[in-house]
This record gives sequence, structure tokens and C-alpha cells, in this order.
Amino acid sequence: QEGSHRLPSSQCMVVLLGSTSVGKSSLAYRYVKNDFRDSLPTVGCSFFTQMLNLEVASIKFEIWDTAGQEKYHSVCHLYYRGAHAALLVYDITNKETFNRAKLWLRDLEKEFLPDEILIALVGNKTDLAGEREVATEEGEEFARTKGLLFMETSAKSSHQVNDTFMAIAQELLQREREEASHHGLLTADLEESRTGTRCC
Amino acid sequence: MAADVHKKKGWEVPNGSLAPGDGQHAERSESPTPGLAQGTEPGAGQEGAMFVHTRSYEDLTSPEDGAAAARSPEERRGEPAELTSMEQISKDFSELSTQLTGMALDLEEEMRQSKEGKLEPSPQTTRRDSVLSGKEEEDVTMDAWRMHRKHVFVLSEAGKPVYSRYGSEEALSSTMGVMMALVSFLEAEKNAIRSIHADGYKVVFVRRSPLVLVAVARTRQSEQEIAHELLYIYYQILSLLTWTQLNHIFQQKQNYDLRRLLAGSERITDNLLDLMAHDPSFLMGAVRCLPLAASVRDAVSTSLQQAKAKSLVFSILLSGNQLVSLVRKKDQFLHPIDLHLLFNLISSSSSFREGEAWTPICLPKFNSSGFFHAHISYLEQEMDLCLLLVSTDREDFFTVSDCKRRFQERLRRRGVQHALQEALRTPFYSVAQVGIPDLRHFIYKSKSSGLFTSPEIEAPYVQEEEKERLLGLYQYLHSRAHNSSRPLKNIYFTGPRENLLAWVRAVCSIWVSLSSLVLHGRAVGEWHNTGVAPSPCAVLLGVSLHPCAREGWAGIAVGAGELRHRGLCHVLL
Ligand SMILES: Nc1nc2c(ncn2[C@@H]2O[C@H](COP(=O)(O)OP(=O)(O)OP(=O)(O)O)[C@@H](O)[C@H]2O)c(=O)[nH]1
Ligand SMILES: [Mg+2]
Repeated sequence: QEGSHRLPSSQCMVVLLGSTSVGKSSLAYRYVKNDFRDSLPTVGCSFFTQMLNLEVASIKFEIWDTAGQEKYHSVCHLYYRGAHAALLVYDITNKETFNRAKLWLRDLEKEFLPDEILIALVGNKTDLAGEREVATEEGEEFARTKGLLFMETSAKSSHQVNDTFMAIAQELLQREREEASHHGLLTADLEESRTGTRCC
Repeated sequence: MAADVHKKKGWEVPNGSLAPGDGQHAERSESPTPGLAQGTEPGAGQEGAMFVHTRSYEDLTSPEDGAAAARSPEERRGEPAELTSMEQISKDFSELSTQLTGMALDLEEEMRQSKEGKLEPSPQTTRRDSVLSGKEEEDVTMDAWRMHRKHVFVLSEAGKPVYSRYGSEEALSSTMGVMMALVSFLEAEKNAIRSIHADGYKVVFVRRSPLVLVAVARTRQSEQEIAHELLYIYYQILSLLTWTQLNHIFQQKQNYDLRRLLAGSERITDNLLDLMAHDPSFLMGAVRCLPLAASVRDAVSTSLQQAKAKSLVFSILLSGNQLVSLVRKKDQFLHPIDLHLLFNLISSSSSFREGEAWTPICLPKFNSSGFFHAHISYLEQEMDLCLLLVSTDREDFFTVSDCKRRFQERLRRRGVQHALQEALRTPFYSVAQVGIPDLRHFIYKSKSSGLFTSPEIEAPYVQEEEKERLLGLYQYLHSRAHNSSRPLKNIYFTGPRENLLAWVRAVCSIWVSLSSLVLHGRAVGEWHNTGVAPSPCAVLLGVSLHPCAREGWAGIAVGAGELRHRGLCHVLL
């Protein structure tokens, strides 16, 4: 059964958005290198790739780690234009970054139709529980009302970082399958996505 | 004021265009020669405009209050008319080499006074000579913040702080008050003041609407050199925002707080200021080359040339702050200032170590109104080799990223990776390799290529202060050589700790530090009189030179090919 349902490997563009120093680069670094180190603010944007091999498919993540600094906001839309998924990252110890994440969402909603992009709300730095300013429920509730995936992570302790990307991959695969069955499409069409850039 | 400001904007006319030109001619240069702009004299071009109208404080006030009479001897010495005799230069130099450690000043107090128009040092605020003479107990009473050798502030014309080099919050609040007063003072005086000289320090203003840049320096740099550094800071800000955006912002809102937009970039500016204090590149207005066998460099350059793309304007390979190779699109030139800004950007951010960066960047000397898009990445994880691909098209990331892949593949196929790796292990050469006894250090700059070569700074310049002192000496020589009212082509100094030579010509310049013994002993009898002054430089570089020295000099000056042959520098003459 597995063999016959295995999807061709596909590319999946993920963009990390959020205020400066919420830990976007640290999350990307943790996911790609499985390591954590003190990082400096990103200049412009950094691009990473990472293969994820699932039973049913292998996915090549193309990760755009954007700079949260205000001066780069004007160019950010460049990076999320072709994205299949967006991680809206905030710092759970800084309420302001949560509010900023909401603004990012508004930007995304302007750019994409509801089912065009998968959005995950990510509260980072759970290792700093003592300084928490945004309750888990608050994030969860907001994500629920907006139909976003929700995760709390720590790039430092590695908490839920892999799971976040895994969840995105699973969800995208799921959507792909639904779309395929919805249109009654079969393997031949899936083959096409091998060459296209559209994900999964 | 506005009119005055606009009058001075002539230099801002872009000297290049972001457009890659019409497609057919958009080929890359056939030659692997680094495409640096010609005529790269530091201070050439734009700065001239600024200083033409310079009037010192004394000029403005001496008729009324006789401030001129109160000027210190040191200050008067700074005047062109008195810079003429070699004797004087020599005297200055010995003073300089013993006094470069500087002196303590109550800057803030001084500046308050300047605001009130009383510039002459009052008894309370004159230098405290003893303070810095190594007495430890005085350290505790010193305000460390005030002791920095060079403060740099950037403000908006509305007086809002934009940047402060040593910006502790408390220090900032009081200082910015003074700065604001100064700015309004500038305003009141119709922009007349460019610098204030006081006992042992200079306050230099550069106004580039909508910003005002201020340096408070205890270094012995000339006003022009300090202003030149301030301009670098200005360009640094432009490289992040573009001139167009900067102006647009302040047209919209005069008292905009620019710190918001520059947040997170302070370290880039800090790094630039630190670099300028240590690296002669900025003084020379040239770029240092990584020593590398010519064949290897040629292979690298060819590989870079072959990995081209339509939108690619410059492909640059660098290691540390040294250029390995630069390839450019035909007819496009990269100004050393722009290249320095790129080097600084890369050296001040570790974030480029991971992944591939894609960032908008303005190259203000090329075109201050638009952004390029730079692809920045390190070739190998553990190798200090950074590839910088500058594209005109922000959508072109994947094409440019593929250029990187192709470049690496070519390198591999040409089998030069190993040689490159070897070269990176010894990124500096020893002055002993040049083979001149008593030669301590030199800088050789080729003006046509905008490159310079220089050996590692070795003994006796081991300590950080000694290194800075050496650079200070070069700065001093440089300011003398390029003094606008009396430029010098040959300079020779006998100092207590070393002898210095400067030899400045249209195609190249050489700056040398020799052991203080050398010329007294060996070559003293062979001095030539070139008509300006006894100039051992001319002798050393030319005819009647001591045989053993001549051979070495040939390596630096006459046969620059020699250096290329030894891989010390890419293209020199
Ligand atoms: N304690 C803790 N610190 C973190 C965590 N993630 C990141 N940091 C720290 O937060 C700071 C900022 O992290 P970055 O990853 O550079 O933040 P960023 O979102 O990429 O910032 P920009 O690139 O400016 O947008 C760094 O000092 C990190 O070490 C985390 O999970 N826990
Ligand atoms: Mg980052």
C-alpha cells in the first residue's frame, strides 16, 4: 500500500516571518543543523534547503529566513510571494512581537487566498517560561479563530522544532491529497508536480 | 540653509547606472583585472566641494573677540601656510610620534563652550597632560566614555540622534543635548562651520542633508581625513537605505526617528569605524589583495567569469578583508568605497556563514538611488572564502544561486581549490620576504588598479597601540602628501622611533617605515637633492641607491611585476 501511494519528491517553500530577534534564524538553524548558537540579526534574507524524507514522499524544504528589522520590510513580500507555507514567529516573552505577528498575518491575507498558503503561528523561546508574556491559550485561541496551525517551540532546547516542520509537511501533503481527490486526479497529474514548483 | 545644502549636492549625481545596459553589450569584461574605478584617490571628487567653503571658527570671530590670538601653537601649526618647511614637518613628526597617545579632555565642557562661542581653551578645560601618562589611580576617576579617541555622532537636521559610536544611554542623553545645540548653532551660522579645532582635538562636521555627521577626535588626522571617515559613515547609511529613501523619509516627516530604520545595523557602523582605525585600505582608498600565485588567481577569475548571468554586475571573491578576485560586467566599475562597504558588511555579520544570503544593498558611489541585490555565501563551511554576487534583479535569486554552484564546479574542475586553501593559510606575507634590511613595513598602492599590497605588521608594531600609531603615522604622511594647498610628492621623516618615507606619483604611491638606523648609517651619503628637499625616497627608488637596498626596492616599486610574480598582489601597474 505504501509503495503505490508514495508521492514524487517535491519542493516546498517555507518563509519565516516575524519581528527581529524572535528566533527565526535560530529555528531555521536548529532545524537544518540541529544546533543552536547566538546569532546576529539577519541581513536581508537567508536561504536554506533541507530534505525531509517521509514514508509517503520526500520533501525538499526551501526555507526563506527573512530579516525582522523594519528596514527590510519593504522587500519581504518578495520572499513570500511563491511560498507554500509561512511560519509566523513571535517571542513568547515579548507581547509586542505577538501583536506584530498579527500584522504579518494581515499582510499575508492581502497577498494570498485562504487556501493558497499554509500558515503556522509559532511562539518561540518556551525555555524562557519564567518571562512569558503571551499565554499558550492566547496564541492557541488566536490561531484557532484564524485557522492557523499553532506550535510553541524553543530553538534553544530544540523543543518542537522538528515537529513544526513535520506538521507543515503533513498538512501540505494532506491538502495535496484532498485537492487531488477533489479534482479526481490521478498519478499522472501528480507526476507533473515533479517539475513544477508548486508544492507536494 | 536648504539652498546651501542643495548647492553642494553635485557629487551625488550617480556615476553609474543600475541598468545592465542593453542586453547585447552586457558582456563581462574579458580581462580578469579587478574592475575598480580609476582615480581612486581618497578625498577625490566629492569631498572637494565640502571644503571649498570651509571657514574656521576663528575666521568668523577673530575680528570681534580676538580668538585668533588665543589659539594654541598646536592649532596654528595646522595651517597650510606654516606647513611648508621640511624642518617643520620633521618637528611635527617627532612630536606626533611621541604624542599619539593623546590626552584627556573634557569634551562635553569644551563643546558647551563652543556653543556659546568661547572656543579658546579655558584654564579648567585645557588638557590634563598627566592623566594619560599611565597612572593607574587616575583611571578610576576618568570617565571612560570621554576617553575614546574618536567619537562619532550622526543626527538628523532636526537634531534627532541617529547614531552614536559609544552610545551608552546616559552618555547619549546629555551629549545629544549638546549636539542639538551645536546643530542649531550651525543653523544660525548659515552652515559656515565645518570644524572646530581646540587643544589637541578636532570637532569635524559633515553635513549631508538630511543628516549631520559629527566627529570628536583626538587623533592627529587632518580635518579632511576625519571628514572622509564621516562620509564613509554617511555612505554606510545610504547603503542600507538609499539616498532616495532617506530623503523621502525626511521630506515626509522632518523629525523622523531614523534609529527605527537603522535598528540592528549599528554594529555594521561600529565595525566600519573600528576597521577605519586599523586598516589602511580606507586611508589609501584602495583594496588589499590576498597574496596568491598569479596562476591560481587567474584560474579563480576565469571561473568567476564563466559563472555569469544576465543580471550579474559584479562577482567578488574575498577572504577576510582581502580581495581574491573581482569580475565585473563590461563598462561597470566598482568604486573602492562601495567595495569597502561590501567588505565591511560581510565582516560585520556572522549571519552570512549559514545558508545563502540575498539582501538588498545600495552601492552609493555607483548609484545612490537604487538597490542591488547581493547573493552572499561562504564557499566551504570552515574556509574563510566568501562569494559575493551582485545582481540588478531582485527576483533572480535562483539564477544567481546557480552561478555560485557553477563557479564552485569550475574551481573544482580546474583543481585550484587546494592551492586556494593553501593560500588562505598564509593570508599575509612577512616584510622580510621583500628582502630589504631595516624595512619594517610598507604600503604600495597602485592608483590605476585601486589595489594595494602591504606586508603583515610585525615588530616593533606588536601592541595594538603600536599598530595604531603606525597607521597614525601613515595618516599623517598622507595628509601631508595630499594637503590641498601644498601637496608633497616626496616626504622623508626622521623620527625618534622610525624613519618614514612617502613617495607619491600619478600611477602609484609608496609609504614606508624603516628602522631609525638605516638611513643615518648606510644611505645617508647618497641622498639626492630633488629640488624640494633632500629626498632619500627618490634616491632609494631610483639611481644612486645602495646596491642591496635597490634590489629590494625594485621589488616594490620599479618591478611591481615582481610582486605579482610572487603572488603578493594581483595587478599592480
Ligand atoms: N532562550 C532562547 N533564546 C533564543 C531562542 N531562539 C532564539 N533565541 C535568541 O534570540 C536572539 C535572536 O535570535 P535570532 O534567531 O537571531 O532572531 P531572528 O528572528 O532571526 O532575528 P532577525 O534576523 O533580526 O529577524 C538570539 O540571541 C538567540 O540566541 C530560544 O528558543 N530560546
Ligand atoms: Mg534572523
